Amino acid sequence: MARIVIYGATSAIAEEAARSCAARGDTLCLIGRNAARLTAVADDLAVRGAAHVLTAVLDFEDLELHAASVADAQRQLGGIDAALIAHGVLDLEANGDPAALAHLMHVNFVSAASLALRLGQAMRAAGGGTLVVLSSVAAERGRRSNFGYGASKAALNVFLQGLRAELAPAGVRVVTAKLGPTRTPMLRHRPAPPLVASARRVGRGVARLLHRPRDEAYLPALWGAVMWVVRALPEWLAKRLRW
Amino acid sequence: MSIDRWRSFGGYPRVVDQRVVPVWWRDDPLPKVAAPVTLLPRGRGLSYGDVCLNEGGTLLWTGPLDRFIAFDPEAGVVRCEAGVTIAQLATALLPRGWFLPVSPGTALVSLGGAVANDVHGKNQHRRGCFGRYVRALELARSDGSRSECTPTRNAELFRATIGGMGLTGLITAVELQLLAVCGPTLELESQRLTGLADLFAHGAETQRHEYAVAWIDASAPLRHLGRGVLYRAEHSREPAALAPRAGEFGRARARVPCLLPSGLARRSTLSLLNRAYGWRAGRSRPPRLVSMRSFLFPLDSIGDWNRVYGRRGVLQYQCVVPLADAQLASRELLLRIGRSGTTSFLTVAKLFGTLDSPGLMSFPRAGMTWSFDFPLCAEALRLCDELDRTVAAAGGRLYPAKDARMSGAMFRAGFPEWTQFAAYIDPLFSSSFWRRVTRGEESTR
Repeated sequence: MARIVIYGATSAIAEEAARSCAARGDTLCLIGRNAARLTAVADDLAVRGAAHVLTAVLDFEDLELHAASVADAQRQLGGIDAALIAHGVLDLEANGDPAALAHLMHVNFVSAASLALRLGQAMRAAGGGTLVVLSSVAAERGRRSNFGYGASKAALNVFLQGLRAELAPAGVRVVTAKLGPTRTPMLRHRPAPPLVASARRVGRGVARLLHRPRDEAYLPALWGAVMWVVRALPEWLAKRLRW
Repeated sequence: MSIDRWRSFGGYPRVVDQRVVPVWWRDDPLPKVAAPVTLLPRGRGLSYGDVCLNEGGTLLWTGPLDRFIAFDPEAGVVRCEAGVTIAQLATALLPRGWFLPVSPGTALVSLGGAVANDVHGKNQHRRGCFGRYVRALELARSDGSRSECTPTRNAELFRATIGGMGLTGLITAVELQLLAVCGPTLELESQRLTGLADLFAHGAETQRHEYAVAWIDASAPLRHLGRGVLYRAEHSREPAALAPRAGEFGRARARVPCLLPSGLARRSTLSLLNRAYGWRAGRSRPPRLVSMRSFLFPLDSIGDWNRVYGRRGVLQYQCVVPLADAQLASRELLLRIGRSGTTSFLTVAKLFGTLDSPGLMSFPRAGMTWSFDFPLCAEALRLCDELDRTVAAAGGRLYPAKDARMSGAMFRAGFPEWTQFAAYIDPLFSSSFWRRVTRGEESTR
């Protein structure tokens, strides 16, 4: 019966993860941008067995609000056992337009890192906790099709690596979940990439990490092997690939 | 994958030019389209024919609309988004003592689809159609309106939407009255049927049971015409039956990995399989406890089982003939199949009761319903045309959710309410089925 905070709770993957938590009878605090959608998700989780579901609206881009949001969630839940940071955007304009790139970096990297910092501080003060952050396999190699997005997630990965080391002595686990392409609204305008997984499958994997943390995990696990190969490709070959 | 995903369950007819737009949230506006492009809601795509296809149009896929909205554990009333499946509902609520009053032969259908086809189950004679348990619907139409439809509010639209094949707008939410049950088990008894006369002789007494359905060996020789097995079941009332866990509905234990060669499903192999099944199941057995899953949704345990029919697909034929001529008509149907060069893999007969549905275009009516499935081939198409003659002569009709080939005349004769129904169709909604059966008529689209 864990107490779990979810940032970006209306994203398809976070919603599926929350369902797995609800089925276990966890207490959930959902934080997102859209109040009506948060309510739709919260009502669903309540029927599915969540002990209690709270919601809060947050503008993720406003970093000033992060500390208060974490404190609020902590107070309302009576403590945070695990937290999930799942918000993010995929904007292919960022490959060519600096303004779009700045916005993408701000949402995917700066705001996620800021929340991770705040949650980490709160968990350290409380004596422990698990923090799962959604990243992407796109972070592991710059590809011509979405290097803006990949760069934002790569920055996040490095940041989390450091945070993980810093918080480990305090009993706080920081988990980088490296997701393969998943069938979610994020991919709605693009043809389905190869090996695309269902949000349900990935969400269940994320929920497992919330309850049984690891340092880094590929979801689905197959991507661990795929990325091993992708990372090993020599640059002269990789730059010729249309991917 | 994507081709497979947007075909219909039977795999025939095949549609190539079709766009798919997922509906992620129930307050999402409908996509803007301009005539002649039309919209059609699409749930799990388990209709056999073309009621779930829209050639040249757009499918509004409700898969992501799978959230519960509210559940009252005292009254057994649940409200869900339209993409929630019967399996998801049963998995969540059966452990709390509530089950669907009516469930079709697969739990994988969405509630929106169950409403749109006004599905029936093995207890049609006792409970009627699915639509009887719908307390309210939320309907989004292309004019931007969203209306709550109940038997008293927007009552006409409510009646048209139940069994309305998705043509009256996008159902975004469904409110259902559930049935209180003691546990996840049924008491099942089976009874050997020696022939058609036997099937009809058992009709009246069978109606006392909650569930009743007959499996018939369509490839039986003439002297055994109509032999099969009659299954009757009741919800178990023993509190002990609560003990086993309800488990997850709709989960496949095995999966057909790919389309099998179409040539496998031919008369000789199907006859053999029917014979084998009849030999194994075809004896009378006293009541025994079975799980709801295994009796109500037997084929859900094999994922993508329709792939056994291969690329060509399967033609399902379900008709109902009024009771007056039912025995004669049934005999004629089986004889026609026996004389043909093909046979039905899975043949089911069931006596429908007189309970009315609120749906304007609901399929069930008092009489005997037969469902056959034929591996698709020219011979099967010809045979179905022949069966149509028998059904039409007996004053019967065919089930649109299973149909892929009936003539417009056959449809319009079976559903004279269609002209009345057409007035409620959303001007920007259409389906391949609807265009096929109304082609050449006035007020078509």
